[in-house]
Amino acid sequence: MQRVVWYRVAFFASLLLGWQALYLLRVWPDFLFPSPQSVAAMLVHSLRDGTLVRALGVSLTRLVIGYGMSLAIGLPLGLLTGSIRWLHQTIGALLLGLQTLPSICWLPLALLWFGLNERAIIFVVVMGAVLSISLSAEDGVQHTPRQQIRAAKNMGASGWRLYLQVMLPAALPGIVTGMKLGWSFAWRALMAGELLYGHVGLGHLLMMGRELNDMSQVIAVMAVIVALGLLVDRMAFAPLERRVRERWGTGTL
Amino acid sequence: MRIELQHISKSFRHNGHAVDVLQDINLAVEPGEFVCLLGPTGCGKSTILNLVAGLDAPDAGTVLVDGTPVTGPGPRRVVVFQDAALFPWLTVLGNVEFGLRMANVPKQERRVAAMAYIKLVHLSKFAHAYPHQLSGGMRQRVAIARGLVMQPDILLMDEPFGALDAQTRAVLQEELLEIWRKTGCSVLFVTHSVREAIGLADRVYVLSARPARIRDVERIDVPRPRHADHPALAQAQQKILQSLAEEIEKVLRDELGESVRYPEGTQRVAADRSLGMHI
Repeated sequence: MQRVVWYRVAFFASLLLGWQALYLLRVWPDFLFPSPQSVAAMLVHSLRDGTLVRALGVSLTRLVIGYGMSLAIGLPLGLLTGSIRWLHQTIGALLLGLQTLPSICWLPLALLWFGLNERAIIFVVVMGAVLSISLSAEDGVQHTPRQQIRAAKNMGASGWRLYLQVMLPAALPGIVTGMKLGWSFAWRALMAGELLYGHVGLGHLLMMGRELNDMSQVIAVMAVIVALGLLVDRMAFAPLERRVRERWGTGTL
Repeated sequence: MRIELQHISKSFRHNGHAVDVLQDINLAVEPGEFVCLLGPTGCGKSTILNLVAGLDAPDAGTVLVDGTPVTGPGPRRVVVFQDAALFPWLTVLGNVEFGLRMANVPKQERRVAAMAYIKLVHLSKFAHAYPHQLSGGMRQRVAIARGLVMQPDILLMDEPFGALDAQTRAVLQEELLEIWRKTGCSVLFVTHSVREAIGLADRVYVLSARPARIRDVERIDVPRPRHADHPALAQAQQKILQSLAEEIEKVLRDELGESVRYPEGTQRVAADRSLGMHI
């Protein structure tokens, strides 16, 4: 374990050093290839003057609303298509088909429907996340171990109680996987949406950097996006998924 | 509770073909009796259990419980599955309580009852552990406690010790007999080990290869605890092995083709080995 940490530290430190060295060679002009320091300085600067914080706030708000809606729609939908055969054959097939469509392709439609506003962006986020959430939930329900269902029926479970107390908990590993997938899809959809149609937000800040020819800002914002994605994955989803997997046993996944 | 199967037939659809699994099965389990079903793997033994449990319905014939036809599952007929089929999100206690919870038994009462049966299978120390923290043998104990807490008239056991090592298996067999003696319920026990069958049962039904028919019924009148070298057991074992050998050969020929031929006098079936491994 310790060793792994050291390897990592050494690797990323040498990556930074390499970057600095490359910068010192002056192969490319400053505005195309900034130094690590200027990126760091840009980061500090935009944190101080509030632009980064504001952009973060706006993006995260969109994300939380969009992801929340995706859960609220996707989970029940997946549970339904997973449990009812004719829904699986109709709506389930439609969801599977739509999932091949990159979520940003919904933007033109969203702009026409909702206009140039928050709702359009959130719509794109929802379309990005809702499908993988519901498809995973569907998969989870359909792969409930049959013996567990038989055992539950044998002990007198039926109807709603069978569903709530056996099918649903048995489907949990699939549901958690879907939630994690959905989060990263929502994140990607949001960034794509903000890049194309930016009004505040991290994606917009990224585009601003481009328009100002400010590579430091571009790289700084990209770093923030990576850091945020990693943070949520490591803090929220990874521990949750690990616990569920451990208890349920990987066999049921 | 008396269980009786009358002229039961059952087939399943497999790749669009109907496969006959059971053919005119007649058998009975008397109240308090320990009965084993012995036969080659895949012959339909588990299907018989599912029919008695009411988890499946026969194509023809009737399953009678005290003279009344079975129409669905009932908590007095409890299945113990081969892989234990515990709920991984519940503790040992939660698993054992499950059936009582479904029967709306008040919390305090069901806790007391569940703990009593957990104690009976010697898992008191693990009442709050989750299934993934237990060994295979311990999980099977939980499955037995989970069944017994329903105070069943009959335990339907589907190769419950099939996946365990020999040592654990022997211990659990002894404990099962002890529990059976204490509770007085009947047991219908599916196995493909001849030794297990004659070690446990009052009567052994020997089934043929698919479609399963009753080939033989062997009564084993040897007091327990039984020792493998008891002459009556050896005799019963020999008799059962002989009738099974023909069935095993049938299965092998079915799967491997006509070229399978055994030299005369070879022992085709090992008494203590699972008959299913090669099939």
